[in-house]
Amino acid sequence: MNFYRSHILIGIDDSSLEAGVKEIEQALQEELSKLNLTDEINILETGTLGYFGTGVSMMVYPEQVTYVNLKKEDIAEIAKEHFLKGRPVQRLILDNTLTRQYDFNYKNRIVLSNSGIIDPENIDEYMGAGGYEAWEKALTSMKPAELVEEVKASGLRGRGGAGFPTGLKWSFTAPLTADQKYVVVNADEGEPGTFKDRLIMEGDPHKLLEGVMLCAYAIGANRAYIYIRGEYKLCIARLEKAINQAREYGILGENIFESGFSLDIFIKIGAGAYVCGEETALIESMEGNRGNPRSKPPFPGVSGAWQKPTVVNNVETLANVPAIIKNGASWFKEFGVEGCYGTKVYTVMGDVKLPGLCEVDMGTTLRTIIEQYGGGMKDGKKFKAALAGGAAGVFLNDTLLDVNMDYNSLKEYAAVLGSGAILVMNEDADMVDMLWSVIRFFRHESCGKCNPCANGNEILYKTITRIRNGEGCEADLDEMIKVSDVMNQTSFCALGQSLIMPVRSAIENFREDFLARMK
Amino acid sequence: MQVYLNGKAYEAKPGETVLQLALRNGIYIPHLCFHEKTGQAAKCRACVVEVEGIPGLKTSCNLPLKEGLKISTNSERVLDAQRMVVDLALSSGRHDCLSCEQSGNCELQDAAYYLGIERPTYQLYEDNFEVDDSSEFILVDRSKCISCGRCVEACNHTVVNEVIGFGERGFATKIVFDGDIPMGTSTCVQCGECMQLCPVGCIIDKRAVGSGRNWELDKVETVCPYCGVGCRMEVQVDRKQNKITRILGVDDSPTNNGMLCVKGRFGFDFVNSDERLTSPLIKENGSFRDASWEEAIALIARKFTEIKKEFGSDAIAGLASAKVTNEENFAFQKFIRKEVGTNNVDHCARL
Repeated sequence: MNFYRSHILIGIDDSSLEAGVKEIEQALQEELSKLNLTDEINILETGTLGYFGTGVSMMVYPEQVTYVNLKKEDIAEIAKEHFLKGRPVQRLILDNTLTRQYDFNYKNRIVLSNSGIIDPENIDEYMGAGGYEAWEKALTSMKPAELVEEVKASGLRGRGGAGFPTGLKWSFTAPLTADQKYVVVNADEGEPGTFKDRLIMEGDPHKLLEGVMLCAYAIGANRAYIYIRGEYKLCIARLEKAINQAREYGILGENIFESGFSLDIFIKIGAGAYVCGEETALIESMEGNRGNPRSKPPFPGVSGAWQKPTVVNNVETLANVPAIIKNGASWFKEFGVEGCYGTKVYTVMGDVKLPGLCEVDMGTTLRTIIEQYGGGMKDGKKFKAALAGGAAGVFLNDTLLDVNMDYNSLKEYAAVLGSGAILVMNEDADMVDMLWSVIRFFRHESCGKCNPCANGNEILYKTITRIRNGEGCEADLDEMIKVSDVMNQTSFCALGQSLIMPVRSAIENFREDFLARMK
Repeated sequence: MQVYLNGKAYEAKPGETVLQLALRNGIYIPHLCFHEKTGQAAKCRACVVEVEGIPGLKTSCNLPLKEGLKISTNSERVLDAQRMVVDLALSSGRHDCLSCEQSGNCELQDAAYYLGIERPTYQLYEDNFEVDDSSEFILVDRSKCISCGRCVEACNHTVVNEVIGFGERGFATKIVFDGDIPMGTSTCVQCGECMQLCPVGCIIDKRAVGSGRNWELDKVETVCPYCGVGCRMEVQVDRKQNKITRILGVDDSPTNNGMLCVKGRFGFDFVNSDERLTSPLIKENGSFRDASWEEAIALIARKFTEIKKEFGSDAIAGLASAKVTNEENFAFQKFIRKEVGTNNVDHCARL
């Protein structure tokens, strides 16, 4: 085996592909061979490095230097200066202070433990990092019911937004007798500003597959579907590759590890409707019907895809499962806070120095997330608001900066953790514009099945547009809260029920912005 | 099973929902999408009620009953929510009762009346809807559609013609025929099931427009004169003009369960037609003259006897009509085989 003195990890994700990462990688390869360094320095493709809006980035080990915004013309200089002479090119390095802050969270990673480190397209690397050990352990030494109990004991809660206890969900489906059961992965990540699932799948597709396998074994399903957004081209390609590799290795297929258990995983590509992130609409769409939600009960756990018992879980939820099975529930409970154990992946965006992805303990405060992981506010501006949880989230003001970010604590402030998107806004942001774009989004994405959502969104949109154009009055604000409150009480699914959160929080926490638009 | 509606005990039937129990006992809960034939859809959300022990409001059309359930259909909170929901439906389209064909028979109007809504609070529709009058008998005015989904359900699952579906989404959601083409050019066979189930004035009888208010018409129940199936129908008659205005299927009929075909529902123009035969005709010297039934039957009997004597029974054949019943067809073939003495008997459906 060849030992390299240095490894270069190149982050390959949708945004770096757009920035021409492949060309740059090739240029680097050429430069290194010109300098006769190919035996000493290894180039590895990996998933995202976690930064956003930094173009092509790469990290060099062992010195942990991160280059960002790379251009083709910089490559010769880096090769010569850094890899030959050992002098990192300072002008291209990501701000050192930020890098260090970002790095210390590695030890807390469960879901992203491999992202940005291993080659996601190579099953051996995943197995080298301890992958598929949980799957092997489960199939050879655990009964399905024990798996359900372990996940229950871990207190894992659904990471799609609602926070429903995962073990409990599985325990509804596991004991049912049916000729067919299904596991469906909700990878239709539609919440604006959320891209955690994409980066999990791009960075470590095998981890998701292992989670799916464990879930399928626990509930007794031998077919699983990953319902994924059509826009996630790279995810789809990597997942397909990963599934094929798992099939080749006998990790998927008939009679896995001679255990008598068979499983196969398939990919279903969605067409990009927000409502299809709602589990019953997702199932309808998967079956080939119009993506509208179904009446509950019956819940999917009892009658889901093709009327068979179906467990629908979010990508991040399932990506937690391998570590829980491998290390045990009590290990998992060391992370997070009472009632909300484990970690949470956040996508921090907006007016911060370093937008991107981070995985932190449940219950970390918003202030910590913004200041340590987001690198603090950009351009020395003051914090004004954060939209937490995606469009179906809450506009938080600075009084809530020190609230613990977990399901229970946020509930006290009528806020939600949601999908983990955090949009940070500075003092220049105008909440009227923000709310307008949130409502415009919902109006566009309402499926039209139920009357309160289809028509209520239209009213909200017309009203906020009027206010935005300076033609509103104070009574409009009360009217908007009243309409969204009735939508919350009467809408068919969570889409229409959610409007109350952004509408009420924006109007109540930032009333002065709305009044400023009225003459 | 005993449950409580507004504090009073009621005996529920197995499998009944809250809405069905309430309606059966004369308690009105506004509902726009539910219909016994198309079932629960929980789309309109007007039928929300409060249930003791359950937070939030529940739609009564898909709420199964449980022993001892305590339901309120008329608390202030319920009525407020219902009022807003129905207000939204009213605001969504051009619901102008003054000239609407459905006035007096409109379920949205009933709901608004019950909740005391005088006029919609908002105006959401843009005045650019086009009325689809492309088909022979049915008029579609989408500006009055509330997307209740009854027509879609009926077309796909009751009569299984699979023509109507939903297109677009959100506020722009509309009913479409085939791939959103005019009804007249679609594969619609004009059975009119959608029209009969439409709770508002969106899908209406094209020829009945302007020909009389619902409450002015006399409703006569009868059996369809066309074929032997025996569909029960309600004929709406304008007594002043002695004219049929429209025909509907009777919902609780065991033969047709409210359904009719294009002939039964729309083919009634023969009733007042000038060309309609009202007495038997006998052809003499190349032209017809009126005759009495006695004379006509005597003539036929004499001719048949002569033919049978001269040329034998097989010179005669009988062809029966699909418009008569099975019993009549049986009697007819008996007559041909037994009295005339030939097996030359057939039925027009074979032609």
